Parts: sequence; C-alpha cells; structure tokens
Amino acid sequence: MERVLLKRVGTPNSRSIETYLKDGGYEALRKVVTGGMTPEQLTEEVKKSGLRGRGGAGFPTGVKWGFLPKDSKKPIYLLCNADESEPGTFKDRLLMEEDPHQVIEGVILSAYAIKCKTAYIYIRGEFYDGARILDKAIEEAYAKGFLGKDILGTQTSIDLYVHRGAGAYICGEETGLIESLEGKRGQPRIKPPFPAVHGVFGCPTIVNNVETLACVPHIVNRGAEWFAKIGRNEKNTGPKLYCISGQVNRPGVYEAAMGLQLKDLIFGQDYAQGMKGGRKVKAVIPGGASANMLTAPEIEDCPLDFDGVAAKGSMLGSAAIIVMNEDTCIVDAARNLSKFFSHESCGQCTPCREGTPWLYTVLHRIEEGQGRVEDVDLLERICNQMANGMTICVFADAAIAPPLSSVKKFRDEYLHHVEQKRCMVGPKAALVSSEAAARRGGTREGTVANAPSPSNQPESART
Amino acid sequence: MSHTRYRVAEAGEPRKFPPEALARIDTILKRYPTKQAALLPVLWVAQETWGWISKEAAEEVARILELPPSHVDGVLTFYTMYNLRPTGKHLLQICTSISCHLAGARGLVEHCRKRFKIDLEETTRDGKFTLVEVECIAGCDRAPSMMVNDKYYEPMDEKKLSTLLDRLSGEA
Repeated sequence: MERVLLKRVGTPNSRSIETYLKDGGYEALRKVVTGGMTPEQLTEEVKKSGLRGRGGAGFPTGVKWGFLPKDSKKPIYLLCNADESEPGTFKDRLLMEEDPHQVIEGVILSAYAIKCKTAYIYIRGEFYDGARILDKAIEEAYAKGFLGKDILGTQTSIDLYVHRGAGAYICGEETGLIESLEGKRGQPRIKPPFPAVHGVFGCPTIVNNVETLACVPHIVNRGAEWFAKIGRNEKNTGPKLYCISGQVNRPGVYEAAMGLQLKDLIFGQDYAQGMKGGRKVKAVIPGGASANMLTAPEIEDCPLDFDGVAAKGSMLGSAAIIVMNEDTCIVDAARNLSKFFSHESCGQCTPCREGTPWLYTVLHRIEEGQGRVEDVDLLERICNQMANGMTICVFADAAIAPPLSSVKKFRDEYLHHVEQKRCMVGPKAALVSSEAAARRGGTREGTVANAPSPSNQPESART
Repeated sequence: MSHTRYRVAEAGEPRKFPPEALARIDTILKRYPTKQAALLPVLWVAQETWGWISKEAAEEVARILELPPSHVDGVLTFYTMYNLRPTGKHLLQICTSISCHLAGARGLVEHCRKRFKIDLEETTRDGKFTLVEVECIAGCDRAPSMMVNDKYYEPMDEKKLSTLLDRLSGEA
C-alpha cells in the first residue's frame, strides 16, 4: 500500500509549514471551510469512511462525534489525546515530531466538524521535543490564518493549545485526561455521563487520538469511499500504523492497510524482517501491555485489525506489537508488565489499587524461585476479583491481561518455576540460587518477597 | 514506588516567581476558562524556574491560582515528573518497561548504580546525577531507551552509556 500517514516522514524539513503546503497541506481545510462543506457533512463523511479510533478502543469516530448534543448552549471542546503511554506504542510520537502539521490540520478539521472553538492537544510530559515542535507548528498555522479568528477569511474561529501532562499513564484514559486538563489528579470518572455530554469544564467534549485525527485530512482530500476501500473489510478500514518492538530484526513504525497479517509484520521484508538471531517466536503481545498474549501457533492467520485480533481472544489496542523469542522467561515478562500496572494504578478503586501490587508481588516471588504451587491459582483468583466491572475504568481489565493470559497459555512454565524454583528458559534456567536450593531441600514455606527492590533482581540482560 | 515521591520537601525560604515567569503564567491563564486548569502548566513553570517544586513554591502556585494548597499537593504527588526535592544536574531516566527490558535495560540501571554507588531515586554527592527508572517513554523501536533531562538517548547499550556518562561527568 502507498504511504498515507507516513508519506512525509523522513522527507527534508517535514516539520515546516512551507514543505507541508508544498505537499498539498491545508488543502483539505481550505476545501471544507471555504468550499461550503457543513460540519454535518464532514461528520457524515467521517462516518462513511468507517474510521475507528486509533487510541485503543476502536470506537467509530464519526459516531462518537454524533453523540454531541445537537443544540448545546455550552462551548464544545476537542481534546487530542497525545498522552501515548501504552508500553510498546510509539506511533504518535513519530507523527507529532516528524509531521506536526498533518496532526494540526486534522485537529482543525475535526474541531470544525464538531463546532468546537477551543481545542487542546494533551501531550505526555516526556515528549518535550514533541511539545516544542507542535508549539512552533501551531504558531506557523496561526500566522498563515489556519487558526485563530476568522480562519481563511470565513466566520470560523478555532484556537488550539498544547497542554503538557506530567507523567501518568492513566491520563490516556479519556476521563482521566479530562480531569488532568482541569488541573486535578488524573483519576477517571464514572460513566455515564459520557464526555460527549459532560466532559471538560462540564461541557460537551470529544477526545480523539493523534493518529485518528491525522486521518481526517486524507478522508477530506480523497473521499470516504477511498478510505473505506483500504482495509480487510468494511468494519476495519483505512491505513494503520503498526508499532513493532521486541526481539525482531527491524523494530519500528510501519504503515499498512488495516488488517495486515501479524506474521507478515514480523517476518515480511518490508516490515520487521524476522526474528533477531533466527530465534523462534514464543509469544506476541498484539496491542500493547493491556492486550492478552498470543502464542506462536496463534499468530497464524491473525489479521491486525480490531475484529481480527479480537477473534483471537486479544485486542488490537494501540497496535503495539511486542515480540518475545523462545529464550524469554514468560514469568519475567509478566512480572515486568505487572510492575508497570502497579506503578500506574491511579489508586481510586480498591480492587485495582490493591490488586495490581499483589499481582506484582506474587509474580516476583515466583520468578525469584520463592513461589508456591498454589500461587499459580492465586494469580488467577486475584485477576478475577479485579476486573469485569469492579472498577471505574478499564485499567484493571488491562492490568490482568498479562498475568491471566500467560498463566492460561504457559501454565507449564509457571509450574516449572514453583516446582524447580528457577526459570524454564533463558539465562537463569540453569541457575539455582543457593537460597532457593536450600529452600527446596528444606521447608516449602517460602517467605513473601515484599517490596522487592531492583537491587535483589539478578541480572537478566540479553541483547 | 518510593515514599519520598509523596512528600513535598521544604526549601526553607519563600518562593516568588521572577517577572518573566509571571509573564508566562499570564499567557497560560488566558488559554483556559478556569484558573485551576492552568495548574499543570504553572507547575511546569515553577519546576523550570527552580529545578524542583518545594512546599513554598507549591504554596505560591496555590496563591496565584486561588486554589487550596492541599489541592496543589495532591496534584504534585500524583504526577511523577514533578521533582519534589532537588535533583542532580543530570536526571538519568532509564526506561525499564517491557520492550526496553527485553533489550537489556536492567544492565543500564546496574551500570549507573555501580558507577555512582547510588540507589534508585538517589543523587550523587557532587550533585551531578540522579538515577530513576521510568515507565515506557515511547522509544520501544530504539530499545533500550533513556532520557537525560529532556533529551532522548536511544538506542543505548552499556558502552554508549559509559561514554555518555564520561562526557556529562567532565562538564563543568
């Protein structure tokens, strides 16, 4: 497939407004605001394109816009979610740093479609460069009359600001983001009411991901039908950015038609070019840390789109594909992912605040050879008490994905850990620490490894 | 992870923003319909002004934005990027999330610990380096990834890290 979203990435001065204009940039905006396309027509066009949210949930964008109250007396806000924090995801960083005007044009068009006068790009605090680049690009857009009062001489006025976060994964959840933008702790809200009705500052609000908004200028320029024809079927349309990382030869962001085969992404010459060192695939996380792991047999015939990955019992999420080879200790991987979730839980719901550190603690002691046979069932029990509507947001459901799916699919490896007190594969497989050996010969009552500090985690570096 | 993250240290002296910082705050306030919404950006201005955010700085921010100091405290301790005590000149932030972990991020952390004889969240005696682990910083394709202050260094390995630390140590 031809490059669409990444077309300008890697070209000289791709960040400047001059090159963007030369490449046909802001033509879509001109076409819409001066060509007499109404907000309703633009929303209809986005609906027809089949565009689904690229942030993780895959909700149809045009339908989301349609949830806004029709004759709101309150101002409407558009928030561009650039809080990209899902482990394994790095596509939005690329879009913002390399082609900021594409994102900005997408924001302006979408703001026009939902009759919003003030939009914010909520960007994660770590993206210092991204924020600086966007700030400069926004300044350029104001100077050319694409933003501000009376855009291109019309009655439309839109202001756009960059708002920096300060280090909190949960602010990527849309109501957490809204709370954070209001100057509070980023703790998600109970829904309903949904943001479209009661969002930021109590006003109707739409939150869309960076990549989602970057698609909009292309839909305007080339038509909804063109967009809808790209992809595996009418429910999974458009070009898609895939982030692949882990033990592959060529990690990176790749653009393909929605529904690219997972195997092609890992092994294809145009993509990741296979496994590093010719090792075998052991497990693949297809949609960021929050997605269930897939085993090597499961990656056969797995189209990377919302419904294709869902059919495999996982999710496309933010399309962050993390590949682990046969030498990866699955318990160690699950422990690492659980550490992330226990660190990032916002703390307002008990099952999540208490459950996530417990998952980490139990996984840590299993990995360190201090696990008990009943710990494997214990993991499952903790998971089942955390998710499925026990909490305000879906963070807890995400947090249980790595332990629950890995216990289910690699149970023998967990049992090997608790019985043999060591890893089944990887650099630590042959090692039996004297401590663990003594415990194996002596009492089965291991002590709980509480508050493990990284200092007692042995070296497990592999390159 | 560390309880020091939840305690805002005192500077021992009052904090007043310099005029250029106050001008920035004025600009920021114009962007939002409420003063409270300016809290995160204004805290960033405070951090850029003093390098960290003391109890006194937080109280000054609360005064300017007409917020209860307890609200500012709650926000400060929620977000990990606000420094609640002074840090070294170079804040070493090593990503240890899954893709970087698979690529050997643990080795980078150990390298720093051994070289500087400091633990995580600690600062070297000469005040040059503070070491922290961070969660995914979206550098997974160039793993292991790390940041020093606001700059990315990726992909990293122990040799490159050693060279980088040599260079930063030599700087005045």
